[in-house]
Amino acid sequence: MKNLFNPKIYLASIILISVLGLTSCGGGGTGSAKSDSTASAGGDDNSLIGAGSSFDNPLFSKMFSEYNKMNGLKINYQSVGSGAGISQLTNKTVDFGASDAPMNPKQDSAVSAPVLHIPVTAGAVAISYNLADVKDTLMLTPAILADMFLGKITKWNDPKIAAVNKGVKLPNVAVVIVHRSDGSGTTNIFTTYLSKVNEEWSSKVGKGSSVNWPVGLGGKGTEGVAGMVKQTPGAIGYIELAYAIQNNMAYAKVQNKAGNFITPTIASVTAAANISIPPDSKVSLTNTEAADGYPISGFSWVLLYQEQKYNSRSADRASKLLKLISWMIHDGQQYSGPLTYAPLSPAAVAVGDAILKSATYDGKPILQ
Amino acid sequence: MDTPIKNDKITLSATSLGVIDSGKNAGSGALYRKALGRPMRQIRAENFFKRTLVLMGLIMVILVFGILLTLIVQSIPSIKALGVKYLWGRTWDPVQDIYGAFPFLLGTLLTSFLALIISVPFSIAVAIFLGEYYPKGWLSDFLKNTVELIAAVPSVIYGFWGLAVLVPIVRSFETKIGVDPIGVGIFTSSLILAVMIIPYAASLGRSVIQMVPSSLKEGAYALGATRWEVIRSVILPYTKSGLFAGILLSLGRALGETMAVTMVIGNTSQLPKSIFAPGNTMASVIANEFTEADKAVYLSALIELGLVLFLVTTVINMIGKRVISRFTNE
Repeated sequence: MKNLFNPKIYLASIILISVLGLTSCGGGGTGSAKSDSTASAGGDDNSLIGAGSSFDNPLFSKMFSEYNKMNGLKINYQSVGSGAGISQLTNKTVDFGASDAPMNPKQDSAVSAPVLHIPVTAGAVAISYNLADVKDTLMLTPAILADMFLGKITKWNDPKIAAVNKGVKLPNVAVVIVHRSDGSGTTNIFTTYLSKVNEEWSSKVGKGSSVNWPVGLGGKGTEGVAGMVKQTPGAIGYIELAYAIQNNMAYAKVQNKAGNFITPTIASVTAAANISIPPDSKVSLTNTEAADGYPISGFSWVLLYQEQKYNSRSADRASKLLKLISWMIHDGQQYSGPLTYAPLSPAAVAVGDAILKSATYDGKPILQ
Repeated sequence: MDTPIKNDKITLSATSLGVIDSGKNAGSGALYRKALGRPMRQIRAENFFKRTLVLMGLIMVILVFGILLTLIVQSIPSIKALGVKYLWGRTWDPVQDIYGAFPFLLGTLLTSFLALIISVPFSIAVAIFLGEYYPKGWLSDFLKNTVELIAAVPSVIYGFWGLAVLVPIVRSFETKIGVDPIGVGIFTSSLILAVMIIPYAASLGRSVIQMVPSSLKEGAYALGATRWEVIRSVILPYTKSGLFAGILLSLGRALGETMAVTMVIGNTSQLPKSIFAPGNTMASVIANEFTEADKAVYLSALIELGLVLFLVTTVINMIGKRVISRFTNE
């Protein structure tokens, strides 16, 4: 019995120790482990790696599977959140990142080379509410919205709300604000909008993917906010439009800069993006100038390095990446509508094309 | 009539234990003599096995100190930027890079201790019922397995259950007592936590209660004590350090619980005004904000939150150990 047992212990402990040793090495040098994975993926096995925005994930999954059917290129997209996507691009562990917000100055200073932003789709943030007895669609002005989220309007039958919703019988119910508890691009779009339209919000709270909310409850993720809004009488919260449409939630019309009350739809979001877009495409669509555009919308960008020769990447890999992104902003756009994403406006596609042409490999342009 | 016989048995077994103990050295000597005749390979294997055990123990120690060290190193930027004010600062504003952990520290302690207060009567009751009243039989097995199942359910399921079932109930309760009827908040998370931590104290309590020597209990019965009196003056005093250790174990679980709490606590960085107000705990802030922490100080402040949680848990554990040893020495 013992003779049989001894070699087994030997073997088991050797395996255990080597496993422990390996894991501790991996834990100690995450950087090296990550660059290893890129290196192996960089062996041009006909695949690309991306990471970032979870908002883009359903659209990207569809686009990448269609692209895979045509070209056989495998794209591995990790839906880890915009911030994490940017940091993975900064560490050069992915071929491209995706973000709902352009890189901020701090993130810009962290990267070693210029990063291109290519608008790939547009989304909107819907203001969803739970008032069981109100059948009409509520109308909200930027001032009302800001006052509610600042905690200054606390009842639904507030005269300010009643003034723009004539004929709607508003209940005497407390306003319960619901916001995202996790850092999110949706929060970024919404707080950017509030900062633009309201001086007090801009100075007291500001904009960002997580902010210090003056009032309200936090829900984790879009489904967390939606769940809390659905459950709590008198609740109001902001969620992605696609989620609100798919789940038949009530959402408000919001007054835009031109003074029109706009229902968030795919068309009104695309319209919001039909403005003059700067050459670097880093523009916020919030509070859009477009007369028929929904004011709380924003682009989502694909991010990649302008100079594609880094970490011993091959020219082939670089050109595959560029072709993919070019396809995404042209033919790939047909998959937006069915998934309730807003297709890019012609202006946005034109800017995206121009930016893609500026990408180089070893100093030479990749796309002709 | 039973009592003396059982007593005899106990002393007998005690002496037989002593025999084994004293015979140990002689036995090992015999083993060595035997081992001389065995191949060297086998002796080496013995040594190797012993060394492996030492190594495994060392790895655990290194692991814990490694985690502590990582937390300290990674939170240096935040400690430098914010200083000790971090601990009692009341504002958590990632936009302006102001971080104060006090609301979350308070939230963590409030939810955990509230949960403990709610759960202790249940866990002690279950422990006494299973340890003393029905130590055997199908009903006892069934109850025991059910209680243990509570510990096996993933916490996200408690979160869902809390959101779907508990929150509406708490909301109607809040309407009745006249506070803001929002449903989620410190109170709801304490309720969820209380359910989640019952099995830890209950299982440990059950096993220590079963270990109370029957001689003691039977002595008390012989003196005319009722069952309640036996429990109060024999079982509980005898097992209090074990019961306390179980309670401490559940407190540790409550302090670190993340997912279920995040789903029902309301996640606000404002200081909670009452136990029905929404709040936040350190663990849930980390879980919520870590992925999108896009600034160095922000990330570091979150890691420092982890460090504070680590230290709070350690301190509470140390206090608990002191209390246990004091109980035992009495």
